[in-house]
Amino acid sequence: MHNFDQIVQAASAAFAATDDPDALEQVKASYLGKSGQITALLKGLGKLPADERKSVGASINRAKDAVEAALNARREALRQMALAGRLAEEALDVTLPGRGQSRGGLHPVTRTLERIEALFGAIGFDVADGPEIEADFQNFTALNTPADHPARSMHDTFYLQDESGGVAENVLLRTHTSPIQVRYMQAHVARHVSAESMPEIRVIAPGRVYRVDSDATHSPMFHQVEGLWVGEQVSFADLKGIIGDFLRRFFESDDLQVRFRPSFFPFTEPSAEIDMAFMSGALKGRWLEIAGCGMVHPNVLRHVGIDPEKYIGFAFGMGPDRLTMLRYGVNDLRLFYDGDLRFLRQFV
Amino acid sequence: MKFSESWLRSFVDPVCSGGEFSHLLTMAGLEVEDEECVAPAFDKVVVAQVLEVEKHPDADRLNVCRVDIGGGETRQIVCGAPNAAAGIKVPCALPGAELPGGFTIKVAKVRGVASSGMLCSAKELGIADDAAGLLLLSADASVGEDIRRHLDLDDRLLTLKLTPNRADCLSLEGVSREVAALTGTAACFTPVDDVEVSIATARAIVLDAPEACPRYCGRVIAGVDAAAPTPTWMSRRLERSGIRPISALVDITNYVMLELGQPLHAFDNSRLHGAIHVRMARAGEKITLLNEQTLELQDDVLLIADEQRPLAMGGVMGGEESGISLATSELFLESAFFAPTAIAGRARRYSFVSDASHRFERGVDFGGTRRALERATRLVLDICGGQAGPVSEALATLPERHAVRLRPSRVAKVLGITLDAEYIGALFSRLALPFRRDAEDFIVTPPSYRFDIEIEEDLIEELARLHGYENIPATSPTGLLAMLPQTEQARPLARVRQIVADCGYQEVVNFAFVEEAWERDFADNGELIRLANPIASQLSVMRSTLIGGLVANVAGNLKRRQPRARFFETGRCFFRDPQGKPVAGFRQPWKLTALAYGSAFPEQWACAARKVDFFDVKGDLERLLAPRVARFESAQHPALHPGRSARVVVDGQAIGFVGELHPQWQQKYELPLAPVLFEVDLDAIVMASLAQYAEVSRQPPVIRDMAIVVDQALDLQPLIDGLIANRPEIVREINLFDVYVGRGVEAGKKSLAFRIMMQDTRKTLQEVDVEAAMQHLVAYLQETFAAQLRV
Repeated sequence: MHNFDQIVQAASAAFAATDDPDALEQVKASYLGKSGQITALLKGLGKLPADERKSVGASINRAKDAVEAALNARREALRQMALAGRLAEEALDVTLPGRGQSRGGLHPVTRTLERIEALFGAIGFDVADGPEIEADFQNFTALNTPADHPARSMHDTFYLQDESGGVAENVLLRTHTSPIQVRYMQAHVARHVSAESMPEIRVIAPGRVYRVDSDATHSPMFHQVEGLWVGEQVSFADLKGIIGDFLRRFFESDDLQVRFRPSFFPFTEPSAEIDMAFMSGALKGRWLEIAGCGMVHPNVLRHVGIDPEKYIGFAFGMGPDRLTMLRYGVNDLRLFYDGDLRFLRQFV
Repeated sequence: MKFSESWLRSFVDPVCSGGEFSHLLTMAGLEVEDEECVAPAFDKVVVAQVLEVEKHPDADRLNVCRVDIGGGETRQIVCGAPNAAAGIKVPCALPGAELPGGFTIKVAKVRGVASSGMLCSAKELGIADDAAGLLLLSADASVGEDIRRHLDLDDRLLTLKLTPNRADCLSLEGVSREVAALTGTAACFTPVDDVEVSIATARAIVLDAPEACPRYCGRVIAGVDAAAPTPTWMSRRLERSGIRPISALVDITNYVMLELGQPLHAFDNSRLHGAIHVRMARAGEKITLLNEQTLELQDDVLLIADEQRPLAMGGVMGGEESGISLATSELFLESAFFAPTAIAGRARRYSFVSDASHRFERGVDFGGTRRALERATRLVLDICGGQAGPVSEALATLPERHAVRLRPSRVAKVLGITLDAEYIGALFSRLALPFRRDAEDFIVTPPSYRFDIEIEEDLIEELARLHGYENIPATSPTGLLAMLPQTEQARPLARVRQIVADCGYQEVVNFAFVEEAWERDFADNGELIRLANPIASQLSVMRSTLIGGLVANVAGNLKRRQPRARFFETGRCFFRDPQGKPVAGFRQPWKLTALAYGSAFPEQWACAARKVDFFDVKGDLERLLAPRVARFESAQHPALHPGRSARVVVDGQAIGFVGELHPQWQQKYELPLAPVLFEVDLDAIVMASLAQYAEVSRQPPVIRDMAIVVDQALDLQPLIDGLIANRPEIVREINLFDVYVGRGVEAGKKSLAFRIMMQDTRKTLQEVDVEAAMQHLVAYLQETFAAQLRV
């Protein structure tokens, strides 16, 4: 019996002295291999008397289990050591920068337009688009601004040359996004011409517009967003509601005041200019012009084949460039059209 | 429209401070664009008279003045002004006065002589820039009077930004009428009586264009002194309205125009021949105007002419030859009503505006023509003397004011609030809009000075204005809830933009009008769309490609030391096209253009620096198009390197180009490296295909590699197309994974390595099937492309 414990102790010591997995397997062989000590003992069992065989066999098997346990423990220990070594070897300076492509970004005015589309989209406004070289009819006449109307001088219009170098008739660069409302209403009316009742029109139309004007606060190309809601029950009070709501959502602040004051646009009546003032911050208390709006002029509705007695609506046109400046604190409109990466990257 | 508040308050004087006054006007739609004080704050400055002037004993340039400051007091004041003289009346700041700039006046000794006060120049009072000498006051100024009162320096100047519909407010009377309506304060206007006619001289008037000019009044005034001085009160009011006083007669016409809104014109009667004809110009007729501009007229321009020649551009500006001068002794004074449509746009056509045309094209009160003439005559007689002849008046059909019906129910519908009938009536009365009732409705006939009330909504706006837009509540609108369509077969533009941005490109917005050279260089555009009135020559042509802007963006950023740039823009491009829609003659497609410049990756430690190349940008485009797969065909583009450009084809449609900028443009636009770019039709990019499920095979795939050697000049695309078209059914995917040129491959040849994935949907593939498929592909390549299998 004593002999068996010694073997176990010797084996354990031999395993512990081995640092290499391959060497460990060789040491293992000298105990558990074909000619190993334990194997030899087991082989010798048959020579023992039958009455001893059982108890001695049990003792040998205990010793064998103990040796195997010691072996497995050592194997595991070596595995752990190897892993620890590998992990230490593989350790990185994780503070080095990551690898890869840079990220671009959207233009700040695009961000504003997307927010406007999302906010109005949430209450069922469609988004429409229209041509930038526009017909005089849609840009002015259909909007109740016939040729030589004094309101045309409010818009310094870009005209085009015809192929012979003269001024092309009947076309211009759109001075506002309002012609889109004309085109949209025309299409809407055509779509529902046979229906008994026309579904409501709710649409916004963002886009680039052009005016002959260039200084610190005017760009010859800038953005506008047109909004239009025509239905059977739409009032000026609703217009006030929706614009106030929009501005509070856009700026994510209830800390602002909105005021409507009478103004004039040939295509709305009554008409209003919308001013907004922040109640805190750098611009606190200053009234800022945000948009023009009003109830769609009956002549405009008639022009597109809508009965102004049955349907009524409001329209507004706002300046997303201005909204962007206020939202992000940009102080120079020209930065939007200058392509300066140092500026644009700030909106990534 | 600029004017002085005190002049306005001489007509209507509501109890409200200056600031409240401006707010009131702004909130009524007469936006106060600017307000300024006539003079800065100061006090204790009075009208003084210099009694004696003696030389200062110890200073050459100084005088010692004895000055009467009123109340029987005289002071000794040392003064350095060159124009100090006995007898003059000047402003005198008394000890204790605080002048603009924080300058305090004290009793002091100046070079040993006691001085108790300061005689002031206009500059020292902050009312003008003139510092040359003392401000000389009129001889009748009363000594001792506060200078602020004497010169009306507490007055404020208001500038209104009037909308084109409010022509009725282009006069002091008009604004007063509005203020009276807004505040309920009575307005009191200058009474105008007919002057006494003392001579019989008159000039006949013939209306040859009665629609353009339905009313023309004129009269001769003889024996005037055109050189008489303009009274101070008048020149002050003119100056404070931004009009420079010129001479008494001109000043009077301007004054009446400001006061009543009626533009007047004074002719030198001695230069007129026979009757006045109000007629349309004959095409090509010429006139030299008072602004010395000589115009060749079109036949829709209204002329005031005599029997020999044109005298004035009616309602716009007088002619030089018939105008008055300081030598004029007999004048013919015109007061007329010109129809807005006959005046509108005419001055602008010749690139100028005048106060008269500004008013006439918006609408001048045709009921006030004679009154203005009488008012001006009165002022001429009072200021310049003379005798007035009778008024000659030619009258045709004046505009009619149609009655407009207002339904209180419509008011409620439009505004969203209910105004009761009594209140509506009261508002109309305040606005001086005459009405009668017809059951529930109001029938309103607008007065002759209102050109903006034609329909019910116009009246509703008047009611809303007077009620106050601020007093209309903000309500949440209600509508029928209906979902908007959301098509899955088109990606929102926002999504497309985001993908490009995520590939490292920064969005820009460039002008749609560009330099002509860009169109020639980058698009070889022979059908330019030019602006008729560009703001600058480099912004004169509508772009048909977005490339130029992006190239310029790179150049601009290189100057700002940004050596690596990736930009994209989405925007419309413009082409002449007879079939163009919706605006005839033009096609205006949206394009998406992206350009990469500089290193392929931002400078970083973990990968080797290399410059961006064709395949980087092509890869970005492929990612943008995915899951749709484009074909790329070698093709030429004016902007691109002929050997490094490809046409992009999706579903058989050419949708754009990808390539490296042509070296000649790289050189011309001074770019050290070659940018790589793509430009595609946005419509094609936005389109997406709806996913369609196909059964997933449970059979194990078999993968084989195959390397072939072909001519180096052979494009991959036809080879891939051929393989796909000729593949056995079990071949699922063919991917190129290596291109090799060099050792081991014959010169002029290249090695292409493909990985072939094979799979059957129903059974496990047998080696014999796999071998047969591979044999088939190799045989195809050998036959069609003379490919050799590489071992």
